[in-house]
Amino acid sequence: MITGYGPIQRTVRVWLPVVFFLFVALFPFYWMAITSLKANSELYNTHNMPLLLMHPTLKHYIDLFNSTHFLLWTWNTMLVAVISTAISLVLGIMLAYPLARINFPGAGLIAIAVAAIYLVPQPLLFIPLADIINRLDLGNTLTAVILTYPTMLVPFCAWLLLGYFKTVPLELEEAARIDGASRLQTMRRIFLPLCTPGFISAGIFAFTLAQNEFLYALIFLTKTEVRTVPVGVISELIRGDVFYWGQLMAAALLGSVPVAIIYSFFVEHYVAGLTSGAVKG
Amino acid sequence: MAIRSEPIVAVARRPRRAPSLSAWLDRGPVFSWLMMAPPILFLLAFVGYPFCYGILLSLEHRPVAQPGSFVGLANFVTDLHDPVFWRVAMNTFIYTGVATVLKMVGGLGLALAMNQQFRFKNLVRALLLLPFIVPTVLSTVAWMWMLDPAFSVVNRLLIALGVPRPGPSWLGNPVLAMISIIVINTWRGLPFYGITLLAGLQTVPTELYEAATIDGAGGWHRFRYVTLPLLRPIIMIVTLFSVIFTFADFQLVYVLTHGGPQNATHLFATYAFDIAMGGGQLGLGASVALAMLPALALLIVAITIYLRKKT
Repeated sequence: MITGYGPIQRTVRVWLPVVFFLFVALFPFYWMAITSLKANSELYNTHNMPLLLMHPTLKHYIDLFNSTHFLLWTWNTMLVAVISTAISLVLGIMLAYPLARINFPGAGLIAIAVAAIYLVPQPLLFIPLADIINRLDLGNTLTAVILTYPTMLVPFCAWLLLGYFKTVPLELEEAARIDGASRLQTMRRIFLPLCTPGFISAGIFAFTLAQNEFLYALIFLTKTEVRTVPVGVISELIRGDVFYWGQLMAAALLGSVPVAIIYSFFVEHYVAGLTSGAVKG
Repeated sequence: MAIRSEPIVAVARRPRRAPSLSAWLDRGPVFSWLMMAPPILFLLAFVGYPFCYGILLSLEHRPVAQPGSFVGLANFVTDLHDPVFWRVAMNTFIYTGVATVLKMVGGLGLALAMNQQFRFKNLVRALLLLPFIVPTVLSTVAWMWMLDPAFSVVNRLLIALGVPRPGPSWLGNPVLAMISIIVINTWRGLPFYGITLLAGLQTVPTELYEAATIDGAGGWHRFRYVTLPLLRPIIMIVTLFSVIFTFADFQLVYVLTHGGPQNATHLFATYAFDIAMGGGQLGLGASVALAMLPALALLIVAITIYLRKKT
């Protein structure tokens, strides 16, 4: 569409908006990084130019590792995200496969229910769930969040995989059935190996949602040893009204790194997952 | 003879008389329901049951760690007489409405900007999605620091541009605090709109634009009469999704303002949290959370009907 413009016009039409959006999206990250590398004397001096870094130091990172349980929180976050993603993928497949591939009475109703449950936001459930977790005596255990995260991840994975499964041609499965394979064998040996890209999309998405989760972790995890990164940062790096901004920004940056790395490897799958819900229905 | 023929008859009859377990398990509906039973039971236990239990809680006077007593609709009556509750309702609608419009318009702009040919396009798209990927709590802490009363980088830049010292108090003034949470929510949600709408734009056939150009349509008319109508379904579904999650937002406000100053940024979710977890009134808190239900139910029904029509 955009052809036949001179270089100046092209710069204005193409790069100006793109650079604007990039600047808005990335400035907070730049500010996180630059803050985390400034010594306090530079950080709280209002007479220098704030956007530049004069004397970089790793002091805030060293303090973060020495005086807080940041590494433990990172481990907890990873553990919870990996396990709850795995559970959700397995349960999501068990839900999506029959809905996508087999005609049976009630399938439409279940599919609608899955979509509706996916849309039920956490704030509607957290008060009763807090009471239930208390009664199960699971407060301050990682089990509490490993059990509750799949409440949002299972419907999500099922919905995304349902759409993906429908795009896979039926012929291979039909051939396997005619050769005498049972439904279970067909699903496990023939169908599921074809769907790896769908699992990666759903898995990446579920993993980022689990890393991002805050409300359940805030309520269920009140001891420092079991906290995840978001709750640990909010509850322990903000002590009363005292803000340790250097450490906070170091933690915010490091807490974002695992998600960003995984995302950068699978960005195409992530975008596919993101858009499949809206574009393909 | 009879001894020899019997087993043959028995073998031939077996599938009809006593179908084997594996054949029964292989029937479509049986297989389907057995396969779906674990996830369905899980969702019933951890979504269905809490949902119903929440409704029951909202009808009880229930201080934390004490047995509850049934009070009927008293909690809801308390809510309706609570001026903060009405403030919260207004905040939630303003927050959702304004942020949604900003994300929709900005996201459309982002999609149009990205739907051009330029180098490093995939890298740019990956970078633009970062605000949406990174844990909200962590990016919100960064924004909190950018809006800090004493050391706000935003204010220091504004002052350098000539705004009088000490610059606006972003999180201390009720109106500015509302503007701040809307801006941050928009910053985070914009890439979701932008990238989804971009995927939609890429499905618009170029022949349509060519035909429109031949018919004499300018840039604006091509956008208004070709792009927009074709994007409408995607815009609608993205907006409905995002409205639900903006309406029920918790993290951003909890971290940035805790609902302050003077309840100016409290949303349903944060207010319910304060009452239930801070004040220990589980029943009253549940009633505030359930006050979201009518609007949410309407949206959820709208989306599910829409999705059903498409599939």
